[in-house]
Amino acid sequence: MNVIEVRGLRKSYASFEAVCGIDLSIAQGEIFSLLGPNGAGKTTTVEILEGFRTRNAGEVKVLGFDPATQGRASREWRNRIGIVLQSTSDAGDLTVSETISHFAGYYSRPRNPEEVISAVGLEDKAKDLIRNLSGGQRRRLDVALGIIGSPELLFLDEPTTGFDPEARRAFWSLIDGLRNDGTTIVLTTHYLDEAEALADRLAVINHGQIIEVSTPTQLGGRSTSKALVQWRDNGELKSEETENPTALVSTLTSQFSGEIPELSITRPSLEDIYLKMIGHANE
Amino acid sequence: MNKIPGAINLGLRRGALEIKQFTRQRESVVFTLLFPLILLAIFGSVFKDTIAPGVTFSQYFVAGMVASGLVNSGFQQIAITIPMERDYGSLKRLRGTPMPVASYFIGKSLLVFVSMIIQVILLLAGGYLFFGLNMPTDISKWLTFTWLIILGTASSTVLGIAFSVVPKSGRGASAVVSPVVIILQFFSGVFFIFTQLPTWMQQVAAIFPLKWLTQGMRSVFLPDSFAANEVAKSWETGRTFLILVLWLVVGFFLTLRTFKWSRE
Repeated sequence: MNVIEVRGLRKSYASFEAVCGIDLSIAQGEIFSLLGPNGAGKTTTVEILEGFRTRNAGEVKVLGFDPATQGRASREWRNRIGIVLQSTSDAGDLTVSETISHFAGYYSRPRNPEEVISAVGLEDKAKDLIRNLSGGQRRRLDVALGIIGSPELLFLDEPTTGFDPEARRAFWSLIDGLRNDGTTIVLTTHYLDEAEALADRLAVINHGQIIEVSTPTQLGGRSTSKALVQWRDNGELKSEETENPTALVSTLTSQFSGEIPELSITRPSLEDIYLKMIGHANE
Repeated sequence: MNKIPGAINLGLRRGALEIKQFTRQRESVVFTLLFPLILLAIFGSVFKDTIAPGVTFSQYFVAGMVASGLVNSGFQQIAITIPMERDYGSLKRLRGTPMPVASYFIGKSLLVFVSMIIQVILLLAGGYLFFGLNMPTDISKWLTFTWLIILGTASSTVLGIAFSVVPKSGRGASAVVSPVVIILQFFSGVFFIFTQLPTWMQQVAAIFPLKWLTQGMRSVFLPDSFAANEVAKSWETGRTFLILVLWLVVGFFLTLRTFKWSRE
């Protein structure tokens, strides 16, 4: 059974249609990334899935439950999901450890707070007041609060904004660990390298519609698109776009004795493909 | 599978957390808790008259300050801090957890209750030690005092939560909420003798709980002979009780209908 099932989702604000008919299926244990420019309908879609916003039309099932439902059933449902919102900041008069332990008390089967603190790399800051944390450290606290309830489904909204490259790598391996535990993850991000490193599948959203759902390696015909082969011949940098890079390299191998100078083969990056898709969509 | 924790249990935990957070804001703790005593010191030094046989202005003023304390630590504090929490996004984060809204409200009420109790103790102790305040000796007066504190705290808190949707932002909250409270204090006979106010002010004040809380506290701290000086020539204890319960119920339903977790 799919963890998330969306059919014909629509949402308008006054005369503006933010989401115009989205279908989405996300399987259990999958890391699914939503990409799209600001104002594309990404946040609206995710917030409907999280039960923060109402919808105008369509069917939505998250863990078999309609997020628009209220009351006791809604609490049972929230007990099974984790949400890491964009930018939360409060007065920060509690310590990291106090906050995480307190949130653990909201759930029926929380993770061990100390383990979560070390999983997000805040051991040294456990006794510090939140107001004394850096931006990146606060973000790691947000993530800790999202996973403290051992969720079956985790929503991550721009989780690594403000992280340095090292912290981002550490975060990625944390997410990998959650994947191995079978957690389903919905990731919204602006960093395409992050989507590429983490996502099993991704969807590109623009103008309230899904343009394509695919894997990072296949999105936008990436796997079959022309490769760029570059090498140096007599001091001159040469390049050729080809659908058959292997054949070209083989020809070059016979031309040069030994190494082909400065040989490189590049496929378009996820970012190239994404920008092209968004660009086309804008035309 | 384990059961999710109950709403009351979580409410108590929220209360403990709210109190812990409050005590770490040193400046505001000192100011909030001592403010009524400072006001008593000022008013007590300026107005030294006796307003009725055996009743000093300080004695009259203390009743008003205790009642105001209920409005300050309940309505005012809550209606200012909730919009701030909403702006910070901490309310939205709570909304995303299985913690029920009732627990959040219980936590806020506990915070109000505790800061209220400390404030009253400081005010009464300070008044007794430095300003010759007479404490009631009759047990029935302390009983009235107790239900006034409980009903006052509860209605003041729910009305504060209900009013928290009015300020458009956390920053502007204080500017929206404080004038409401100060005007209500003037109209309700906290700073002046109620019966000396213009009739229209008295009538406006009679709609709101603060006038009744103030009058109720006078029935506790002033001699029974003073009841004849009230507008109705009596303490109107039964009516005070009913009006406070009515506001509590109204506030409760307003809160359920209007409470917002995030600014959308």
